Amino acid sequence: MKYYDKLVFELSQKGRVGYSLPVNRFPAAPELPNELKREVSPDLPEISEPDVVRHYTNLSQMNFGVDTGFYPLGSCTMKYNPKVNEEVAALPGFTGLHPLMHAGLTKGALKVYQEMDKALAAITGMAAFTFDPCAGAHGELTGLMVMRQYHMNRGDLARTKVIVPDSAHGTNPASAAVCGLEIVEVKSLENGRVDVEALKPLLDGTIAGMMMTNPNTLGLFETQIKEITELVHAAGGLMYYDGANMNPLMGVVRPGDMGFDIMHLNLHKTFSTPHGGGGPGSGPVGVAAHLVDCLPDLRVSGFHGNFGVILRAYAYILMLGKQNLKKVGQYSVLSANYIKECLKDAYKLPIEGVCKHEFVFDGLINDGAHDEVHGATTLDVAKRLLDFGFHAPTIYFPLLFHQALMIEPTETESKETIDAFIDVMHKIAAEAAEDPRILQDAPHGAPIKRPDETAAARNPILKFKDAR
Amino acid sequence: MSKIIEGLKYSESHEWVKVEGGVAVVGVTDFAQKEMGDITYVDMPDVDDEVTAGEEFGALESVKAASDLISPVSGKVVEVNEALDDTPELVNEDAFENWIIKVEMSDPSELDALMDAAAYKEHIGE
Amino acid sequence: MAGFTYFPHTDADIRAMLDRIGAGKVEDLYADVPKEFLKKGPYALPDAMSEGEVREWLGALADMNPRMKVFVGAGAYDHYTPSVIPYITSRSEFLTAYTPYQCEISQGTLRYIFEYQSMVCELTGMDISNASLYDGPTAAAEAMKMAVACTKKKTRVLLSKGLLPHVIAVVETYAKFHGVEIGCVPMVDGQTSLDALKSELAKGDVAGAIVPEINRFGIVEDHAGFADALHEAKALLVEYCDPSTLAVIKSPAEWGADIAVGDGQSLGIPLCYGGPYVGFMGVKKDYMRKMPGRIVGQTTDKDGKRAFVLTLQAREQHIKREKATSNICSNESLMALWVTVYLSLMGPEGLKEVNRISCDGAHYLKDELLKTGQFEDPFPGKPFLKEFVLKPKKFPGLLQRDLEKAGFFAALETEEGYVSFCVTEKRTKAEIDELVKIVKEG
Repeated sequence: MKYYDKLVFELSQKGRVGYSLPVNRFPAAPELPNELKREVSPDLPEISEPDVVRHYTNLSQMNFGVDTGFYPLGSCTMKYNPKVNEEVAALPGFTGLHPLMHAGLTKGALKVYQEMDKALAAITGMAAFTFDPCAGAHGELTGLMVMRQYHMNRGDLARTKVIVPDSAHGTNPASAAVCGLEIVEVKSLENGRVDVEALKPLLDGTIAGMMMTNPNTLGLFETQIKEITELVHAAGGLMYYDGANMNPLMGVVRPGDMGFDIMHLNLHKTFSTPHGGGGPGSGPVGVAAHLVDCLPDLRVSGFHGNFGVILRAYAYILMLGKQNLKKVGQYSVLSANYIKECLKDAYKLPIEGVCKHEFVFDGLINDGAHDEVHGATTLDVAKRLLDFGFHAPTIYFPLLFHQALMIEPTETESKETIDAFIDVMHKIAAEAAEDPRILQDAPHGAPIKRPDETAAARNPILKFKDAR
Repeated sequence: MSKIIEGLKYSESHEWVKVEGGVAVVGVTDFAQKEMGDITYVDMPDVDDEVTAGEEFGALESVKAASDLISPVSGKVVEVNEALDDTPELVNEDAFENWIIKVEMSDPSELDALMDAAAYKEHIGE
Repeated sequence: MAGFTYFPHTDADIRAMLDRIGAGKVEDLYADVPKEFLKKGPYALPDAMSEGEVREWLGALADMNPRMKVFVGAGAYDHYTPSVIPYITSRSEFLTAYTPYQCEISQGTLRYIFEYQSMVCELTGMDISNASLYDGPTAAAEAMKMAVACTKKKTRVLLSKGLLPHVIAVVETYAKFHGVEIGCVPMVDGQTSLDALKSELAKGDVAGAIVPEINRFGIVEDHAGFADALHEAKALLVEYCDPSTLAVIKSPAEWGADIAVGDGQSLGIPLCYGGPYVGFMGVKKDYMRKMPGRIVGQTTDKDGKRAFVLTLQAREQHIKREKATSNICSNESLMALWVTVYLSLMGPEGLKEVNRISCDGAHYLKDELLKTGQFEDPFPGKPFLKEFVLKPKKFPGLLQRDLEKAGFFAALETEEGYVSFCVTEKRTKAEIDELVKIVKEG
């Protein structure tokens, strides 16, 4: 990757034009009254089309995507994004639809929603889905609204708390807070699973429900899930399934069968739609039969959710079909366990045993610390990986460990790619033992070296004009 | 080793109090600033806000963390250290010199619940 | 069965990996799952399709949706999309990247977000923009929560009745669960009433008011006095706006707004049945740390090179957890790129020209429709740009049916029984003349 330093504003010259608009054939409309007119013209760039194309092409070349290389970012399921998805989502018969068109004009789009509803219900064991949420966190919020609505409909207004494990994704407690719920944290056991004994005393008439992801954020299956769901249900609460970790269960286990009442899926993780540098995603929410009535009143986005993303996921499901679904889960788990076994001689594995689609190391076994030299941290390992053409794993999450390094390979990576990654991780561990400063100075070959994040936060420069 | 000053009162959540008549000068300890790393922002209340002992009155932020500030005493905020708005790093430079708020105490007996320097030293295990 | 194109695993690979793990077969890796939860029997899904079959089937579904000439806006506008945009946004390096956590290999994403933030600030006149939100209505909902968080001990937010219905619906949903009371400010003579706003403010407890720069009748509102009234009551002014029109009408900052929100869809994003779009938010500097969502900032790397990073992250859910006032993580980054490329191409002059053609076309359509004698103008003389409403003498359903038969999606009915029309620069004079002819003959 080469460094390219321009911002689009720096290419601007007054009088240049990058647009092509039709000749105005209408009589001139009356001028707006002066008091409604803009006073100062917006200072947007004026650039010709070729220069715009070159600028953004150059910017793109400072970026790393799944198509560039292996992206083992734990909890994010960075699988291959099929190209047929992009092709069908760009069909004019879909992109030209106005969201307020009635059913008679949108039969094809509605068919996509119906088929997706059926397919996701089959995959998850839920009764029905809403497709309005635009991301995973948006799905969580919507699902929690369903939870509260269910209790409100029953006139049970005392249920204002939700139980969240200490290993949960950060969005879980945040979504609960936005939904007006109080968070009660339940601790994990040494083996990384929810402590059922610690859960029991929390269950009373103030509990609206419990949020869980299974496998949890350590990539471990919650083996006592049956007992947990029974306890929560017996106390009158509902079980929420955070679908961020659905990938290993694809074609093997259905959240509905485990006793979950509400869940969301991340179509941009599990269902192969591209993440786009941070969205657009899609976070459909599924509910069990007894909660279907709670869905219609919940308007959480402008129209029908991110239809373009839903289309891509539908194409993926059609490609998979019932024949390939199971392999998604199985191969993602196979790859994760393989990497774990190959690397646990160099990285601390805090919890032994089989994992699901991802697992967490707690830093290097030998970080190279000696005398005056500080040891290499998880951050240093992550930055050094960039020099070898790999994206870094998720770091410093979950919060249960100080040096968490969370690796998720997905089912779309070949053994050769995975072996190359393992080799590099061993090489980095050897470097750390030899001289941790090699890691601490990394990356060496990226477009930039490590930036000064403290300066960025202390003196925020958040737009072009702030910098001048 | 973190710096600890004799004669101040300390809370378990790492705030210090210096009593000046009926007013409590409140800051965070050297131990706390070290734990946080480079402080990028100090979130402070407004003058005339009421604070309550044991409840948060603001927060310290670094690049990757945020930590609540817990008031060791109850009362009305009479002054905030405005220098920290633009230069939060002062807390890193000298946590005892750079106080955060001054509180007109409504119940000075709350001070009795706080630790002295020796007890705080033990509290942080140094 | 033959292999599958997205899975690289050969039988030999699987065997070698299982041997290394010490497992006999792949199923053994699920030994920790209680047996009763392992799905028995096949999933109720269709058979796998080939790529060609997927293309055929989705092509057929797309063809079931008739191609219409769109004369409706109401929050989604059929503006022209330059060819450059889909070309740039489909580059793999942008499309298949995650959120830019590893900044050293994400400078492309970080730079365009910084450019996007700069452009949102230019259009709205505000000091600070975030990296995007889901859509306009959810951006308004975030502004509602923010107003409450910025004003101590106030729990009521006012919504103008002039806001689009889908904006009101989403804000109300969020408010209901977040514990915020919603009050409404009625319209008088086609414009949000300042007197009504003042009397609501007099009741106290108001954290802010959300008002539309252009309301659901298409009327450009006059917000003189709004900011003063709200600020006097220590409440925030939130302007909901269509960013395309901000090239010509007063910016939120010029009205004295504290927060500006809206939907970036009008900046060249296809209609696509409602999404993906992009919500934007601009705020005054005082509220920087209360703003939801990600923010990109400029700094330097170790060698002193200009570099961009995600910053002010202590505000966000992964640090604040249960104290967060917003849970947004993934936003609409690629759509922010879409908007950024659009504005780079259009520049200030292009955007003004889009408004000029749309506005002239809309006035032409309105005049021609009034000439048919089949409509009354409920708001004569009120200023508008590309959208307007009329009161039809005929039953609106019949009017829509006649237009639909001829391939026009137009005359959307409002709750008052008006019909609304919208003209963008994509609509030609010939199309407008044809539409008017159908109305005349219908």
